[in-house]
Amino acid sequence: MFNSELMKRLSDCFGPSGREKMIREMIKNEIKDYADEITTDPLGNLIARKKGTGKKILFSAHMDQIGLIITHVDEKGFLRFANVGGLNAKELLGLRMVFDNGLEGVICQEELKDKEKLTTGKLFLDVASTDKEFIKKNFRTGDMCVFKSEYYETKDCVICKAADDRIGCYVLIEALQNHPETDNDVYYVFSVQEEVGCRGAKTAGYSIDPELAVALDVTATGDTPDGIKMDVKLGGGAAIKLKDNSLITHPDVKDLLTCLAEKNNIKYQYEILEFGGTDAGAIHTSREGVPSGVISIPSRNLHTSGEIFNKADVEECIKLVIAAAN
Amino acid sequence: MFLKELTELSGVSGCEYEVRNFIKDKLSQMGCDFYVDKLGNIIAHNKGRKNKTIMVAAHMDEVGLIVSNIDSEGFIKFKAVGGIDQRVLNSKAVLVGENKIPGVIGSKAVHLMTSQEKESSLPIDKLYIDIGTNSKEETEKLVNIGDYVSFNSSYVEFGDNLIKAKALDDRTGCSIILELMNQKLDADFYGVFTVMEEVGLRGAETAAYQLEPDLGIVLEGTVCADMPEVEDRDKSTLIGKGAALSLMDATTVYDIDIVRSVAKIAEGNNIMYQYRTSASGGNDAGAVHKTKSGAKAVAISTPCRYIHSSVNVASKKDIESVYMLAKQVILENQKGEQ
Repeated sequence: MFNSELMKRLSDCFGPSGREKMIREMIKNEIKDYADEITTDPLGNLIARKKGTGKKILFSAHMDQIGLIITHVDEKGFLRFANVGGLNAKELLGLRMVFDNGLEGVICQEELKDKEKLTTGKLFLDVASTDKEFIKKNFRTGDMCVFKSEYYETKDCVICKAADDRIGCYVLIEALQNHPETDNDVYYVFSVQEEVGCRGAKTAGYSIDPELAVALDVTATGDTPDGIKMDVKLGGGAAIKLKDNSLITHPDVKDLLTCLAEKNNIKYQYEILEFGGTDAGAIHTSREGVPSGVISIPSRNLHTSGEIFNKADVEECIKLVIAAAN
Repeated sequence: MFLKELTELSGVSGCEYEVRNFIKDKLSQMGCDFYVDKLGNIIAHNKGRKNKTIMVAAHMDEVGLIVSNIDSEGFIKFKAVGGIDQRVLNSKAVLVGENKIPGVIGSKAVHLMTSQEKESSLPIDKLYIDIGTNSKEETEKLVNIGDYVSFNSSYVEFGDNLIKAKALDDRTGCSIILELMNQKLDADFYGVFTVMEEVGLRGAETAAYQLEPDLGIVLEGTVCADMPEVEDRDKSTLIGKGAALSLMDATTVYDIDIVRSVAKIAEGNNIMYQYRTSASGGNDAGAVHKTKSGAKAVAISTPCRYIHSSVNVASKKDIESVYMLAKQVILENQKGEQ
């Protein structure tokens, strides 16, 4: 059964790259009764361990989400910003944003003759106040904000913000809560700063030094009108990644995940993503190298305020993680 | 604080030995413990009270050029080393190679340019270095392919406490660490003078690997675009307005709690500070915080106008603020019961 209540809370929790404190506390609370040991490392990765004497396995999903960082607050109360993670100026216009303290703003643009020339520098955040004292007190250079959008679901699918990668976090929370009887030494990593370059996974991979690593992250799909050419589709099951820009999946890991899916009747599809990367990209070159792969949750409309995924795919991903942990 | 000497030395990325030798001499004279690692970083240790391992880093290297070809008439073609401001290269005085052969960067005369060429800066492949020779053979006696080229620009003090020099990015940081080492503070830290920052934070990565710091304090020279035609929001930092604290750049999202705590230390000690508001660029913190199991990092910078050109401009007051703040951050982090 899909736990909509948990997913809604994960999606709504504030946590752009480098500011993962709130989402970290929330996840820690969800898993504290299930892990043998929970630590937070210097960069802020949350690392939950199920101890064992067998194979050392690392699962990773990133807690951070894309957002904006305020670079300038002018005296009239208009805020300028820069991207935190991959965002396109043209897709930002008109969006509602929310800060960690709950205050909001809307993204507006300077008057432009040529709309094609819209850049982030021509956008500003209007925080809906003409009260100088209020603005001075509440908005500072360095503050971050994220998309504001309502969680919504149908019988089979969900629309929400930050499905990238709170849905991966959801999969790992569920897998940890249903951790199998096994000798394996399993680390569930909720990583930081993936969206700015897989920085948390790099240090977590180093300190854990696993024998096998599997990242849980969203991937794009090829099932939308005039979309990218790609075989992955919503409802097609867990996507076993073969390649993206950061990783060529280790053949043993590809075979392992495929075998486990076949053996356990887990619906799966292969994924080749012609752009992007995940935590596995940083982990597989750690130290002497780590055989790594990715289980992807197919998602449409990535890096927007309304990412869409299929609940049944998520269940298949959870089953595959549990099988891989065993 | 040796800034005149430091900025007048050549030290293009990968060829930092002049700067390294100067700093080594000064550290020896001060009686500091130090060693030089395999990539050429200087790692000096100030022993004292210790709660955590602190690495204070500044890079010795500067942006410059490297000789790529000598043409049939003896003119030198070159490539950029690091993110040099290519718009300003034309008609600059330079020094080529170990023997510091003087030269000037030239291009075809303005009279011969097309109207299109006049409107834009010349790309690097249309420029050459003239060292006053008459033939390929004459040039080859003085210059080899692979020789490094740095700007020939002297240290000048002018205006309201301002300095003009080349390589203020990051000889200001180097001079501040030398001064910190000279203070013999009762607070433990490593003073690290790194190589190859301008080509990708390479020295800092190996230095941090050796030291495994808990906290990296990177002292930089950073972009300052406080010119008349620039909107306030795009200025990044302002000259004379104090030490610039980084919030985010292309290589690091700084831990906001640490950044605000450094701001608080500045306020508590009446040290002038500002936030660096540009989110682009990068510095050694990007390598330090991701090394091994990870570290906290802050970047405290001196605003430099016309950065990555032959005429950087910085304020002595800002340099003093960076020094004072770095010192207080070290003391604050190492104080308490031992």
